[in-house]
Amino acid sequence: MHELAVTEEVIKTVTEVSKGKKVKTIELVIGDLSSFIDESIQFYFELLTRSTPLEGTKLLFRRIPVKLRCYNCQKEFIPDETYLCPYCKKIGGDVIEGREFYIESIEVEDENRDCEEYPRC
Amino acid sequence: MKIEIVKNILDANDQVAALNREFFDNLKVFTINIMSSPGAGKTSLILETIFRLGSQVAVIEGDVASSIDSERMAKFNIPVVQINTGGNCHLDAPMIREATKKLSLSNVKYLFIENIGNLICPASFDLGEHIRIAISSIPEGDDKPYKYPGLFSKVNAVILNKIDLLPYVNFDLERFKNGIIALNKNAKIFLLSCKTKEGIDTWVEWLESENSYK
Repeated sequence: MHELAVTEEVIKTVTEVSKGKKVKTIELVIGDLSSFIDESIQFYFELLTRSTPLEGTKLLFRRIPVKLRCYNCQKEFIPDETYLCPYCKKIGGDVIEGREFYIESIEVEDENRDCEEYPRC
Repeated sequence: MKIEIVKNILDANDQVAALNREFFDNLKVFTINIMSSPGAGKTSLILETIFRLGSQVAVIEGDVASSIDSERMAKFNIPVVQINTGGNCHLDAPMIREATKKLSLSNVKYLFIENIGNLICPASFDLGEHIRIAISSIPEGDDKPYKYPGLFSKVNAVILNKIDLLPYVNFDLERFKNGIIALNKNAKIFLLSCKTKEGIDTWVEWLESENSYK
Protein backbone atom coordinates (compact mmCIF):
# COMPACT_ATOMS: atom_id res chain seq x y z
CA MET A 1 0.00 0.00 0.00
CA HIS A 2 2.77 2.46 0.86
CA GLU A 3 4.15 1.85 -2.63
CA LEU A 4 1.48 4.20 -4.01
CA ALA A 5 3.12 7.31 -2.58
CA VAL A 6 6.62 6.27 -3.58
CA THR A 7 5.53 5.34 -7.11
CA GLU A 8 4.08 8.83 -7.47
CA GLU A 9 7.46 10.16 -6.37
CA VAL A 10 9.27 8.04 -8.98
CA ILE A 11 6.95 9.31 -11.71
CA LYS A 12 7.46 12.92 -10.62
CA THR A 13 11.25 12.65 -10.63
CA VAL A 14 11.44 10.80 -13.94
CA THR A 15 9.07 13.26 -15.59
CA GLU A 16 11.29 16.15 -14.47
CA VAL A 17 14.56 14.53 -15.54
CA SER A 18 13.39 13.18 -18.91
CA LYS A 19 12.24 16.65 -20.06
CA GLY A 20 9.63 15.34 -22.46
CA LYS A 21 11.79 12.62 -24.03
CA LYS A 22 10.30 9.16 -24.35
CA VAL A 23 11.50 7.07 -21.39
CA LYS A 24 12.25 3.46 -22.25
CA THR A 25 13.34 2.12 -18.87
CA ILE A 26 13.63 3.19 -15.24
CA GLU A 27 16.12 1.36 -13.05
CA LEU A 28 15.16 1.15 -9.38
CA VAL A 29 17.47 -0.13 -6.67
CA ILE A 30 15.67 -1.65 -3.68
CA GLY A 31 17.30 -3.15 -0.61
CA ASP A 32 15.62 -6.10 1.03
CA LEU A 33 15.34 -4.17 4.31
CA SER A 34 13.54 -1.25 2.71
CA SER A 35 10.11 -2.94 2.82
CA PHE A 36 9.19 -2.01 -0.74
CA ILE A 37 7.85 -4.70 -3.03
CA ASP A 38 8.61 -4.77 -6.77
CA GLU A 39 5.22 -6.14 -7.83
CA SER A 40 3.39 -3.47 -5.91
CA ILE A 41 5.43 -0.64 -7.45
CA GLN A 42 4.87 -2.22 -10.87
CA PHE A 43 1.13 -2.35 -10.24
CA TYR A 44 0.83 1.30 -9.19
CA PHE A 45 3.17 2.42 -11.96
CA GLU A 46 0.99 0.88 -14.64
CA LEU A 47 -2.11 2.32 -13.03
CA LEU A 48 -0.74 5.84 -12.60
CA THR A 49 0.93 6.14 -16.03
CA ARG A 50 -2.06 4.99 -18.06
CA SER A 51 -2.61 7.50 -20.90
CA THR A 52 0.45 9.52 -19.85
CA PRO A 53 3.85 9.90 -21.60
CA LEU A 54 5.26 7.21 -19.27
CA GLU A 55 2.77 4.57 -20.31
CA GLY A 56 4.68 1.50 -21.47
CA THR A 57 7.93 2.49 -19.76
CA LYS A 58 9.66 -0.58 -18.37
CA LEU A 59 10.67 -0.76 -14.72
CA LEU A 60 13.90 -2.62 -14.01
CA PHE A 61 14.28 -3.71 -10.40
CA ARG A 62 17.68 -4.37 -8.89
CA ARG A 63 17.26 -6.01 -5.47
CA ILE A 64 20.06 -5.68 -2.94
CA PRO A 65 20.25 -8.44 -0.33
CA VAL A 66 21.03 -7.62 3.27
CA LYS A 67 24.76 -7.65 3.93
CA LEU A 68 26.20 -7.50 7.44
CA ARG A 69 29.62 -6.83 8.89
CA CYS A 70 29.99 -9.31 11.74
CA TYR A 71 30.04 -7.62 15.17
CA ASN A 72 32.65 -10.14 16.28
CA CYS A 73 35.07 -10.94 13.43
CA GLN A 74 34.25 -7.94 11.17
CA LYS A 75 33.92 -10.17 8.10
CA GLU A 76 31.10 -9.35 5.69
CA PHE A 77 28.35 -11.87 5.05
CA ILE A 78 24.86 -12.25 3.60
CA PRO A 79 22.83 -13.66 6.50
CA ASP A 80 20.28 -16.44 6.50
CA GLU A 81 17.36 -16.45 8.94
CA THR A 82 19.61 -17.29 11.88
CA TYR A 83 21.84 -14.23 11.31
CA LEU A 84 24.82 -16.35 12.36
CA CYS A 85 28.16 -15.32 10.88
CA PRO A 86 29.40 -18.19 8.67
CA TYR A 87 33.00 -17.49 9.72
CA CYS A 88 32.88 -17.20 13.51
CA LYS A 89 29.31 -18.49 14.19
CA LYS A 90 28.43 -15.45 16.33
CA ILE A 91 25.13 -13.68 15.81
CA GLY A 92 24.56 -10.49 13.88
CA GLY A 93 26.37 -7.55 12.43
CA ASP A 94 26.12 -3.94 11.32
CA VAL A 95 23.92 -3.48 8.26
CA ILE A 96 26.14 -2.34 5.40
CA GLU A 97 23.77 -3.08 2.50
CA GLY A 98 20.06 -3.68 2.18
CA ARG A 99 18.45 -0.33 3.01
CA GLU A 100 18.79 1.14 -0.52
CA PHE A 101 15.80 2.72 -2.17
CA TYR A 102 16.63 4.97 -5.09
CA ILE A 103 16.26 5.61 -8.80
CA GLU A 104 19.58 4.67 -10.36
CA SER A 105 19.04 5.76 -13.95
CA ILE A 106 16.62 6.10 -16.81
CA GLU A 107 17.03 5.21 -20.45
CA VAL A 108 15.51 7.74 -22.83
CA GLU A 109 15.10 7.47 -26.57
CA ASP A 110 17.94 9.00 -28.48
CA GLU A 111 16.67 12.09 -30.28
CA ASN A 112 18.90 11.64 -33.37
CA ARG A 113 17.98 8.05 -33.82
CA ASP A 114 14.34 8.90 -33.31
CA CYS A 115 14.61 11.31 -36.19
CA GLU A 116 15.99 8.62 -38.45
CA GLU A 117 13.21 6.28 -37.48
CA TYR A 118 10.54 8.94 -37.67
CA PRO A 119 11.74 11.43 -40.33
CA ARG A 120 8.90 13.85 -39.68
CA CYS A 121 9.65 14.38 -36.01
CA MET B 1 20.63 7.29 -23.97
CA LYS B 2 21.14 6.50 -20.31
CA ILE B 3 20.71 9.25 -17.71
CA GLU B 4 22.19 8.62 -14.25
CA ILE B 5 19.93 9.89 -11.51
CA VAL B 6 20.77 8.16 -8.21
CA LYS B 7 18.01 9.88 -6.30
CA ASN B 8 16.60 8.66 -3.02
CA ILE B 9 12.93 8.04 -3.73
CA LEU B 10 11.97 9.15 -0.22
CA ASP B 11 13.81 12.43 -0.65
CA ALA B 12 10.67 14.58 -0.56
CA ASN B 13 9.52 12.98 2.69
CA ASP B 14 12.99 13.20 4.20
CA GLN B 15 13.26 16.91 3.42
CA VAL B 16 10.01 17.62 5.26
CA ALA B 17 11.18 15.34 8.10
CA ALA B 18 14.32 17.46 8.43
CA LEU B 19 12.15 20.60 8.68
CA ASN B 20 10.01 18.91 11.34
CA ARG B 21 13.12 17.97 13.32
CA GLU B 22 14.39 21.54 13.14
CA PHE B 23 10.98 22.78 14.32
CA PHE B 24 10.99 20.37 17.29
CA ASP B 25 14.59 21.25 18.11
CA ASN B 26 13.83 24.97 18.16
CA LEU B 27 10.93 24.40 20.56
CA LYS B 28 12.92 21.81 22.57
CA VAL B 29 10.14 19.27 22.14
CA PHE B 30 11.48 15.73 22.45
CA THR B 31 9.59 13.71 19.84
CA ILE B 32 8.97 9.98 19.97
CA ASN B 33 7.69 7.88 17.05
CA ILE B 34 5.94 4.76 18.35
CA MET B 35 5.40 1.88 15.96
CA SER B 36 3.87 -1.56 16.39
CA SER B 37 1.31 -3.94 14.99
CA PRO B 38 -2.35 -3.24 15.83
CA GLY B 39 -3.13 -4.15 19.42
CA ALA B 40 0.42 -4.35 20.79
CA GLY B 41 -0.35 -1.55 23.23
CA LYS B 42 0.76 1.77 21.72
CA THR B 43 -2.02 3.84 23.26
CA SER B 44 -1.79 2.07 26.63
CA LEU B 45 1.96 2.56 26.77
CA ILE B 46 1.73 6.24 25.84
CA LEU B 47 -0.85 6.79 28.60
CA GLU B 48 1.17 4.91 31.24
CA THR B 49 4.27 6.86 30.22
CA ILE B 50 2.51 10.22 30.37
CA PHE B 51 1.12 9.46 33.85
CA ARG B 52 4.70 9.02 35.08
CA LEU B 53 6.50 11.79 33.20
CA GLY B 54 4.99 14.65 35.13
CA SER B 55 5.81 17.15 32.41
CA GLN B 56 3.80 18.78 29.68
CA VAL B 57 3.11 16.38 26.81
CA ALA B 58 1.16 16.22 23.56
CA VAL B 59 0.13 13.36 21.34
CA ILE B 60 -0.39 12.90 17.61
CA GLU B 61 -2.63 9.90 17.01
CA GLY B 62 -2.43 8.17 13.66
CA ASP B 63 -5.18 5.80 12.62
CA VAL B 64 -6.67 4.65 9.37
CA ALA B 65 -10.09 5.59 10.76
CA SER B 66 -11.90 6.53 14.00
CA SER B 67 -11.02 8.77 16.92
CA ILE B 68 -11.13 6.03 19.57
CA ASP B 69 -7.51 6.55 20.62
CA SER B 70 -7.63 10.33 20.73
CA GLU B 71 -10.80 10.16 22.84
CA ARG B 72 -8.92 7.92 25.27
CA MET B 73 -6.23 10.61 25.50
CA ALA B 74 -8.67 13.51 25.74
CA LYS B 75 -10.30 11.93 28.80
CA PHE B 76 -7.10 12.73 30.68
CA ASN B 77 -6.95 16.27 29.26
CA ILE B 78 -3.94 15.39 27.15
CA PRO B 79 -3.59 17.70 24.11
CA VAL B 80 -4.09 15.43 21.13
CA VAL B 81 -4.49 15.68 17.38
CA GLN B 82 -6.00 12.82 15.46
CA ILE B 83 -4.75 12.05 11.95
CA ASN B 84 -7.02 9.77 9.95
CA THR B 85 -5.10 8.55 6.95
CA GLY B 86 -8.20 7.18 5.23
CA GLY B 87 -6.59 3.89 4.29
CA ASN B 88 -2.97 4.93 4.14
CA CYS B 89 -0.80 2.46 6.03
CA HIS B 90 1.71 4.83 7.64
CA LEU B 91 2.24 8.40 8.74
CA ASP B 92 4.60 10.55 6.71
CA ALA B 93 6.46 13.76 7.44
CA PRO B 94 3.99 16.15 5.70
CA MET B 95 1.13 14.72 7.81
CA ILE B 96 3.09 15.47 10.97
CA ARG B 97 3.84 18.98 9.73
CA GLU B 98 0.12 19.62 9.27
CA ALA B 99 -0.76 18.07 12.64
CA THR B 100 1.72 20.22 14.56
CA LYS B 101 -0.11 23.33 13.33
CA LYS B 102 -3.09 22.21 15.39
CA LEU B 103 -1.09 21.77 18.60
CA SER B 104 0.23 24.36 20.97
CA LEU B 105 3.74 23.08 21.64
CA SER B 106 5.24 26.06 23.43
CA ASN B 107 5.44 24.39 26.88
CA VAL B 108 5.46 20.79 25.70
CA LYS B 109 8.46 18.66 26.68
CA TYR B 110 7.45 15.36 25.07
CA LEU B 111 5.51 14.79 21.86
CA PHE B 112 4.36 11.22 21.25
CA ILE B 113 3.48 10.19 17.73
CA GLU B 114 1.41 7.03 17.62
CA ASN B 115 1.98 5.61 14.16
CA ILE B 116 -0.48 3.43 12.24
CA GLY B 117 -0.62 -0.14 13.58
CA ASN B 118 1.65 -1.82 11.04
CA LEU B 119 5.12 -3.37 11.23
CA ILE B 120 6.10 -2.72 7.62
CA CYS B 121 5.40 0.68 6.13
CA PRO B 122 6.02 3.07 9.06
CA ALA B 123 9.65 1.95 9.20
CA SER B 124 10.45 3.61 5.89
CA PHE B 125 9.14 7.10 6.67
CA ASP B 126 11.17 9.50 8.77
CA LEU B 127 8.78 11.86 10.55
CA GLY B 128 11.41 14.13 12.07
CA GLU B 129 11.27 12.36 15.43
CA HIS B 130 14.19 12.17 17.86
CA ILE B 131 13.77 8.53 18.76
CA ARG B 132 11.94 5.57 17.28
CA ILE B 133 10.33 2.91 19.44
CA ALA B 134 8.91 -0.45 18.42
CA ILE B 135 6.42 -2.26 20.63
CA SER B 136 5.92 -5.96 20.33
CA SER B 137 3.78 -8.05 22.65
CA ILE B 138 3.86 -11.59 23.99
CA PRO B 139 0.76 -12.89 22.11
CA GLU B 140 2.30 -11.85 18.77
CA GLY B 141 5.05 -14.46 19.15
CA ASP B 142 8.83 -14.38 19.38
CA ASP B 143 9.43 -14.30 15.62
CA LYS B 144 8.45 -10.69 14.89
CA PRO B 145 12.02 -9.29 14.71
CA TYR B 146 12.86 -11.97 12.12
CA LYS B 147 9.77 -11.30 10.04
CA TYR B 148 10.01 -7.50 10.11
CA PRO B 149 13.75 -6.77 10.18
CA GLY B 150 13.28 -3.43 8.42
CA LEU B 151 11.48 -1.99 11.41
CA PHE B 152 13.33 -3.69 14.27
CA SER B 153 16.71 -2.77 12.79
CA LYS B 154 15.93 0.96 12.76
CA VAL B 155 14.62 1.65 16.26
CA ASN B 156 16.33 3.01 19.37
CA ALA B 157 14.39 0.73 21.69
CA VAL B 158 12.05 -2.24 21.58
CA ILE B 159 9.36 -2.65 24.19
CA LEU B 160 7.99 -6.13 24.80
CA ASN B 161 4.55 -5.52 26.28
CA LYS B 162 2.08 -7.89 28.00
CA ILE B 163 4.93 -9.64 29.76
CA ASP B 164 2.37 -10.86 32.35
CA LEU B 165 1.15 -13.32 29.68
CA LEU B 166 4.53 -15.04 29.39
CA PRO B 167 3.56 -18.02 31.60
CA TYR B 168 0.60 -18.82 29.35
CA VAL B 169 2.16 -18.52 25.90
CA ASN B 170 4.96 -20.31 24.05
CA PHE B 171 7.35 -17.42 23.70
CA ASP B 172 11.11 -17.86 23.57
CA LEU B 173 12.52 -14.67 25.07
CA GLU B 174 16.09 -15.43 23.96
CA ARG B 175 14.98 -15.98 20.38
CA PHE B 176 13.10 -12.68 20.42
CA LYS B 177 16.08 -10.77 21.81
CA ASN B 178 18.53 -12.40 19.39
CA GLY B 179 16.33 -11.35 16.47
CA ILE B 180 16.71 -7.72 17.55
CA ILE B 181 20.40 -7.87 18.45
CA ALA B 182 21.22 -9.52 15.10
CA LEU B 183 20.67 -6.29 13.18
CA ASN B 184 20.53 -3.69 15.92
CA LYS B 185 22.88 -4.34 18.81
CA ASN B 186 22.40 -0.84 20.24
CA ALA B 187 18.63 -1.18 20.67
CA LYS B 188 17.47 -1.10 24.28
CA ILE B 189 14.99 -3.82 25.13
CA PHE B 190 12.35 -3.25 27.82
CA LEU B 191 10.08 -5.97 29.16
CA LEU B 192 6.92 -4.55 30.68
CA SER B 193 3.21 -4.87 31.19
CA CYS B 194 0.78 -1.99 30.86
CA LYS B 195 -1.74 -4.12 32.79
CA THR B 196 0.34 -5.00 35.87
CA LYS B 197 2.60 -1.89 35.45
CA GLU B 198 5.68 -4.11 35.85
CA GLY B 199 8.73 -2.60 34.12
CA ILE B 200 7.14 0.69 33.14
CA ASP B 201 9.20 2.83 35.53
CA THR B 202 12.45 1.50 34.05
CA TRP B 203 11.31 2.39 30.55
CA VAL B 204 10.21 5.89 31.58
CA GLU B 205 13.52 6.54 33.35
CA TRP B 206 15.37 5.60 30.18
CA LEU B 207 13.10 7.80 28.05
CA GLU B 208 13.77 10.77 30.34
CA SER B 209 17.51 10.12 30.18
CA GLU B 210 17.33 10.24 26.37
CA ASN B 211 15.70 13.66 26.38
CA SER B 212 18.53 16.12 25.98
CA TYR B 213 16.15 19.11 26.31
CA LYS B 214 14.89 18.52 29.82
